Amino acid sequence: MQPTESHRRYWRKNLAVTAVLLLVWFSVSFGVSYFARSLNFTFFGWPFSFWMGAQGALVVYCLIVGFYAWYMNRLDIEHDVADED
Amino acid sequence: MAGFFGSREGVLLSSQQFKRQLDRVYRWYTLGLVVFVVILALLERAGLPRLWIGTAFLLATIGLYAGIGVMSRTTDASEYYVAGRRVPAVYNGMATGADWMSAASFIGLAGTLYLTGYSGLAFIMGWTGGYCLVALVLAPYLRKFGQFTIPDFLGERYGGSLPRLIGVAAAILCSFTYLVAQIYGVGLITSYLTGIAFELGIFLGLGGILVCSFLGGMRAVTWTQVAQYIILVVAYLIPVVWLSVKQTGVPVPQLVYGFQLEKVTAKEKELTADPRELQVRELFRQRSEALSGKLAQPAESLAADKLAAAKRMEQLKTGNASVADISSAAKALATMPRDEAAAVKAWTAAKAAADIKTQPLNGMPAHATQFSGNPDGTPKEQETYDTSRRNFLALVFCLMVGTAALPHILMRYYTVPSVREARQSVTWSLVCIFLLYFTAPALAVLVKYEIFTVLVGMPFDQLPAWVNSWTRVDPSLLSVTDINKDNILQLNEMNIGGDIVVLLTPELAGLPYVISGLVAAGGLAAALSTADGLLLTIANALGHDLYYKMIDPNASTVSRVTVSKILLLIVALLAAYVAAQKPADILFLVSAAFSFAAASFFPALSLGIFWKRANGIGAVLGMVCGLGVTSYYMFTNQAWLRATFGITSPVQLWWGIDPISAGLFGVPVGFAVIVLVSLVTRPPSQKVQELVEYIRYPDLKRL
Repeated sequence: MQPTESHRRYWRKNLAVTAVLLLVWFSVSFGVSYFARSLNFTFFGWPFSFWMGAQGALVVYCLIVGFYAWYMNRLDIEHDVADED
Repeated sequence: MAGFFGSREGVLLSSQQFKRQLDRVYRWYTLGLVVFVVILALLERAGLPRLWIGTAFLLATIGLYAGIGVMSRTTDASEYYVAGRRVPAVYNGMATGADWMSAASFIGLAGTLYLTGYSGLAFIMGWTGGYCLVALVLAPYLRKFGQFTIPDFLGERYGGSLPRLIGVAAAILCSFTYLVAQIYGVGLITSYLTGIAFELGIFLGLGGILVCSFLGGMRAVTWTQVAQYIILVVAYLIPVVWLSVKQTGVPVPQLVYGFQLEKVTAKEKELTADPRELQVRELFRQRSEALSGKLAQPAESLAADKLAAAKRMEQLKTGNASVADISSAAKALATMPRDEAAAVKAWTAAKAAADIKTQPLNGMPAHATQFSGNPDGTPKEQETYDTSRRNFLALVFCLMVGTAALPHILMRYYTVPSVREARQSVTWSLVCIFLLYFTAPALAVLVKYEIFTVLVGMPFDQLPAWVNSWTRVDPSLLSVTDINKDNILQLNEMNIGGDIVVLLTPELAGLPYVISGLVAAGGLAAALSTADGLLLTIANALGHDLYYKMIDPNASTVSRVTVSKILLLIVALLAAYVAAQKPADILFLVSAAFSFAAASFFPALSLGIFWKRANGIGAVLGMVCGLGVTSYYMFTNQAWLRATFGITSPVQLWWGIDPISAGLFGVPVGFAVIVLVSLVTRPPSQKVQELVEYIRYPDLKRL
């Protein structure tokens, strides 16, 4: 059982999108928190980093997870590995 | 009736029919919930006593969950362990939300935010951000692997019984510590709702949990959790929206609380400099000094105290004092510390409490200020700032990785029909969780605004009735004392426990009692649903992995499920017994479960999927070392564990990291050990490599 070239491409693309999204996840979670004091400008009433921790980061997490589900679903079909319900 | 959640007259429904049927069932259910609350509200107006309302909520919700449990009873292994693998993504998302949001999230989170301000956001980010790891790194692959439990994956991927056994042990360790905290929450809420004893409350709630998971395993738990999710979200949102309308006129608290935060920040400055607050703080400083004087000479001070109390008693008796005075003096005499050690303990605790109250804002940091200390201040302030920031990041890390490694959450992704739905289901889970976590910081700020501007500064004799009624329930949750005898409530004269903030919101917002009952029922739903999931995880680890896979592989399906059920009962009773002892520091127990899960499971699971070269020896040593480092750090540094296990070695923090984030050290050690050991030992067999290949593609049609 050897995976085909298409399978390898599928896996490489999966790894790439995972890495990019993890990078976004990391910078939103740890990057913004690390510089929280400096990012203290007012953002609709909130100090920006407070808003990021309370709401912004959560929105980004939802987008990351939703985008991944959408992207991988397309990739599954493109590379003919989609499973049936 | 069993047809609601599966087959109708034995015929399986297609997935679309099934989803439509579920939609219908839960629409009616939500409508029923609304009608139930409205009827109770009308009855309250007609004069129904509060106790009856509380009892109605308790009995109706537990009865409902038990009813779903009875309707979904099953002895089929696939139904029992993974709900037949046909839970639609949306419903699995809701069930995961309820499974995930525990008593700590529902009751404790907003309270923590209220008390700690920005630092509390570590919980918000940690408990949601972990789902990115679940979605990107674990859930789809575990679903493709498609067995019943997490130790199953470890056993298959790493070969042999040892990885499975360690998986079982770690799953039980983290789930059990977590479970005790949930059952404790159940006891707290039932005794609040109905006024029955805490211990009795525990066993009543336990009955509800058991009927559900005992009869129908994952199938019953899933459909109950969906019902519980609906209750808990409705219950959480109603009082906050109301409070927001009351304060700002806008019914979307999540959008407008930034402006309330600005007002709170201004009020904080005002309160810090308020002369009456300063007076109260000064009185506490004197109290603290008196106590340190006593602590310097405990034996003499205790003797003097006893003599003074006895003398006062004599005077009162001879001098025609009122009965109330005499009985309070007698009580003071009776509660005197018995010996020197007890006196030192009591005085140290009293001094610590008084020391907090010498600080501005009742010891709470300014709500919007990131981290304590000051990066531009004195070296000591800079040090405080650095440590505080490090601990914030470490806690976020541990909570995130722990989220992605808790077996009762990962197990939920086995129950969806396909890999595609597993990915969608994580999205739905996060959206469901998002609703509550997005609101918690708003709730904390609105409550703070209400307390700072309305309650503080009120004359003592005009305080709302609920202040006294809560004091009667438990003075450690809420109490007020007029320290400077000016008949005005100052912030530092008030004690608020974090666990009460959410339960308090309806009363602060001036809502009828029925909403308080609904909020308590929501908290109960949160605690029960999480307890259901945890209990099932433990029972399955023992029944499926230990008994079936390792002890008796020839066991029939029925006997496997039966063993799981018996173990479920034993574990539940054991957890209830531990919770009834009221172990100290529940929040610590919950967070410890995250560090344990992070260090034991995450490296082995993620490397098992993404690195073919990871082998059994590496995984076993990695899990053991990760868990070992985490436990070592926690046991040698955490005050409560040190006291419980009599550890006397000096406390040595690494880089000032609090023991709550011990997983920060365990996770990298786990990764490093797996990689290094795997590289110097033989690669895994061809069969295992093919398994890894197999789980990477949702369906291998054209190999």
